[in-house]
Amino acid sequence: MALRRDWVYENNGGTCVAIAGSDYCVIAADTRLSVGYSIYTRDYSKICKLADKCVMASSGFQGDLKALQKNLAARHLIYQHQHNKQMSCPAMAQLLSNTLYYKRFFPYYTFNILGGLDSDGKGCVFTYDAVGSYERVGYSAQGTGAGLIIPVLDNQLKSPSPLLLPAKDAVTPLLESEAVDLVKDVFASATERDIYTGDKVEIVVINASGIRQELMELRKD
Amino acid sequence: MFRNQYDTDVTTWSPAGRLFQVEYAMEAVKQGAAAVGLRSTSHVVLATVNKAASDLSSHQRKVFKIDDHIGVAIAGLTADGRVLSRYLRNECINHAFVYESPLPVSRLVVRLADKAQVCTQRSWKRPYGVGLLVAGLDETGAHLYYNCPSGNYFEYQAFAIGSRSQAAKTYMERRFEAFNNYSRDELIKDAIFAIRETLQGEKLTSSICTVAIVGIDEPFHVIDQKIIQEVIDSVEIKEDAAAAADQAPAQDDEDKSSEAAPMDI
Repeated sequence: MALRRDWVYENNGGTCVAIAGSDYCVIAADTRLSVGYSIYTRDYSKICKLADKCVMASSGFQGDLKALQKNLAARHLIYQHQHNKQMSCPAMAQLLSNTLYYKRFFPYYTFNILGGLDSDGKGCVFTYDAVGSYERVGYSAQGTGAGLIIPVLDNQLKSPSPLLLPAKDAVTPLLESEAVDLVKDVFASATERDIYTGDKVEIVVINASGIRQELMELRKD
Repeated sequence: MFRNQYDTDVTTWSPAGRLFQVEYAMEAVKQGAAAVGLRSTSHVVLATVNKAASDLSSHQRKVFKIDDHIGVAIAGLTADGRVLSRYLRNECINHAFVYESPLPVSRLVVRLADKAQVCTQRSWKRPYGVGLLVAGLDETGAHLYYNCPSGNYFEYQAFAIGSRSQAAKTYMERRFEAFNNYSRDELIKDAIFAIRETLQGEKLTSSICTVAIVGIDEPFHVIDQKIIQEVIDSVEIKEDAAAAADQAPAQDDEDKSSEAAPMDI
């Protein structure tokens, strides 16, 4: 609990995952909001649509996440007024990085993943730390369950050698439905062992025809 | 008679109690290309005449979306209009950020009017040379305001500004009492008619006018040129038919069928 005057953050727990495909992107996050060993709500969305083809999922301090989402949404509106078009996912990625570093000395306590389609229609995932260091990758996980999930994704999705295919060019050859199934599996597994992950997983899929959302139940304990 | 002595500074009064610089700014508005606005209880329509500097250049943008629920049409110095539009957009975004709800139109026009007033009371500034027709929808209903370089603003049922706007005003003065009950399509048609009045004989085509609308369940947007051309064509068909009917009364049936063309906007 934030009783100390010099500790103004809280970790609300939760896990986010994103996978980039050749013409789609899957972004998922659980819906549990916790503080300490308590659950505040089982039904909280950590995913936010920033632009037509760009979605952000974050775990960490949800208060900062809300402020960050509002900030980016306002900046996106200004961009649309000035340029008469939506921001592309790579553009939003840079904006998020700059916004995070802007508060380098009082950071947003959020661990973000950005997912969407780039200007060529290829899936892209960008992964961040709390102060804006970012990288384009083929898949990522953040949050309390990330340590349980990343090894599994590495096993399933990692390219054989970074020399043959660097991380920033990697997209999985899996079909959209296969990627969604993989996401469901990793969340179910993380839920088993991570106390902060569970209740439901919200899965968002972006492809050429738009954005669709589905919810899957997870263990509630 | 005293104009030349008291019109150099915006901060100098004339003996008759006038600020000439402010009045000159309002003159700049009167010289700009025409813009009209009409309001019903559920929609507000703005229409402007697009002047192009030459045949080679593109048309000036005179209609700006400020937010989903507010748009403006300007007449006068377009550059001033662009800068003020940026200010209005920022105000709307900041309000929505803090209050998570759209900025009420009446509050926006007050802020704009106060900003304009500042320029009438500083010796190192000049008044904005642009008049704005602010069209918006909020919880209290549909609104149309006119903001003038002097810092004054008024709410209107319908208004026209810019060159030859008096013709449009006269046209609307005869009809405005019915506007509140107009349907969306009738409002658009009358806006186009009003614009046509300001053209004084010049041919009305969709390329020289811009029409924008905001309504309940309809965010502010500029109406597609094709649709405007259809409205213009259907109106002209009716008028040609009516003119022909005056000469040959037996053609009544044909008139009715051309009137029945669906105005599917």
